[in-house]
This record gives sequence, structure tokens and C-alpha cells, in this order.
Amino acid sequence: MKRLFAITILTLLFAAFRIGTASAQQPTPSDDDVNAIAKQLFCPVCENTPLDVCPTQACAQWRALIREKLAEGWTEAQIKQYFADQYGARVLSEPPRQGWYWLVYLIPPALFLVGVYILYRAFQSMKKPAPAVSEEVEPDSGNDEYLRRVEEELKKRN
Amino acid sequence: MSEINPAPRRGVPIWAQILVWVALLGLLVIVAMGLRRAQQGTVQVGDTIPDFALQFFDGYTFEGKADVKLSELRGRVVVINFWASWCKPCEQEAAEMESAWRSYESSGKVVFVGVDYVDTEPEARGYLTKFDITYPNGPDLGTRISQKFRIKGVPETYFIDQNGKLAFIQVGPFTSEAQIHSVIDPLINK
Repeated sequence: MKRLFAITILTLLFAAFRIGTASAQQPTPSDDDVNAIAKQLFCPVCENTPLDVCPTQACAQWRALIREKLAEGWTEAQIKQYFADQYGARVLSEPPRQGWYWLVYLIPPALFLVGVYILYRAFQSMKKPAPAVSEEVEPDSGNDEYLRRVEEELKKRN
Repeated sequence: MSEINPAPRRGVPIWAQILVWVALLGLLVIVAMGLRRAQQGTVQVGDTIPDFALQFFDGYTFEGKADVKLSELRGRVVVINFWASWCKPCEQEAAEMESAWRSYESSGKVVFVGVDYVDTEPEARGYLTKFDITYPNGPDLGTRISQKFRIKGVPETYFIDQNGKLAFIQVGPFTSEAQIHSVIDPLINK
């Protein structure tokens, strides 16, 4: 009985060790894993072509580097940061949220809001035309005689 | 008799109009600057090259240091070669560049510097080993150096005279070592 118990304990310990070892290994990154990051990067050599679909050798090397970093256990953010450090922030599809790059995120929404406000004001002014302000004109003695004569003349003609 | 006075103005406030015009003007300036930069091409012969620092790949040194600043090389002819391991035309001139460097190295009057553009380090190292390149080489981190020269591709080689002024630009590969000498020798004797 004692022997059976010892064997069971040893088997469990061995299994636990195996599981621990297996989980410490990094799985081989698939093409999809690589492309998920690659599509967020642009190689300066092939402007406007995302890295995941870029056919040049330079881009193939970059994708191999992403695979290598993933296999080493790097996170997506770490890999993107590495590429930005190595090749400049222009390789990122989205500029980093730091320093002057904040302007890219702040100016368009700010201009959009100003545009909405301008449209709102323009529509308001079209919808409610301001009432015309009329005011009586003080009769002018000088004009009065002239007007009287004009009216008389008009009556004669009619 | 009555007279109609104009209604008080109710349109877009003046500050908003100014803001819109300033924003439009700013946008135009940015677009114009971008276009100007795109059409500018590389730096021009006669231009003073702005200073930069290059950290070499492991194993490369210049006068015992693992990095170099362009300003430290004043008084010598500096040959700056932009290359990459993925660039086939770069391979055409690699042996000639190395051979030319070896012919000038002992004189101390000429310095060759290799700048590895948008490359991955293992492949870059493989390239340097393959062509047995001994002159100092380093990666163009953040593409900062290539942006100073506004390079259009690789290979491109820039020759800077003793006064720090750009003297010659070679776009594309050299076809012979003699061609490299024909550029450097007049600069040494200037």
C-alpha cells in the first residue's frame, strides 16, 4: 500500500513538472500572429504598403523579426515599441500618443467641433430670421410740402 | 411712413471665422512644406552636413571608440555609404568600397562610415561578414541619419570634404574601385 502511495505521488510530481515545463515554452507564432502585428507597421522602403502585405525582402525580414520576438515572448506593445525605436515612429500605422504626436489626435476632433458649432449657428440664423425693426420717422417739415405736392400730382394723373 | 433698419447680425461669430481661416492657413502651410520636402531631393553639393552620431555594430570601432560624431571627423574626407542587407545593388559595390577603404585607411586622411538603413541586425551582420567589411558600420537608428541626408534609396554614398561640406553624391552603386578613387583623390589634394 505504501509502495502504491509513493508511486502515485512520484507520478503526480513528474506530471506536474512536465506541465510546468510545457507551459513555460512559447508556442511557435503562426502567420496570423505575425500579421496581426505586421499590419500595424509600415516599412519606410515601401511607403503606404502595410508590412503584412508588402512583398519586398526588407519587409520579409521585418516579419521574420516579429516572429522571432513573438517566439521570445515579447508582447505586441513591446514589439511595436522596438520597431519605433529602431526605425522611427513613422513605421507605426498610428502615431504614438506622446509629445507633438498628440496634435494628430487633438486637432481633427477640435476642428470638427468648431465646424459643428459654425453649422449650428448658420442653421439657427436661417431658421429664425431676425424681425425687421421698424420705426416711425419723424415727419420732416421740409419734406412734408414736397410729399404733398407729389401726392397731388399723382392724383391729377389718375 | 416707415423705414426698415437692418437687423442685427446673427451669423458666425468673428472669433470662429478667424479660427477657421487660421486652421486652413496652417493646413496649407503643412501641405506646402510636405510638398517642398518631397520635391527637395537629397542634400546638395556644397551644403554643410548637420552633425550626427552613429553607434557602431558590436565589434566595430573607430580610433578605439564604439561610436563617432561627424563633427569629430572634420579635417578628413568622410565617405558615408548608406546600404542594407536586402539591397541587391549594394552587394555590387560592397567589395569595391572595402577595397578602397583599405587603400586609404593607413593614410588617416579618409574615413569610411557605413550606415545600415532600415535593416534587421542578424541579416546586416551576415552581409558585413560576407563581404568582410572592416570600416566602421552601424544601424541608422530611427532613420535619423538618412533623414538628414534625405536619401531616396540605397545604395547612396556621400563624400564630405575636410571642411564638412558635401562634395559629391553617388546615387546607386559604384561599378569599380577606380571610380571611388576618382572622387576621393581630388578631395584629398584640395
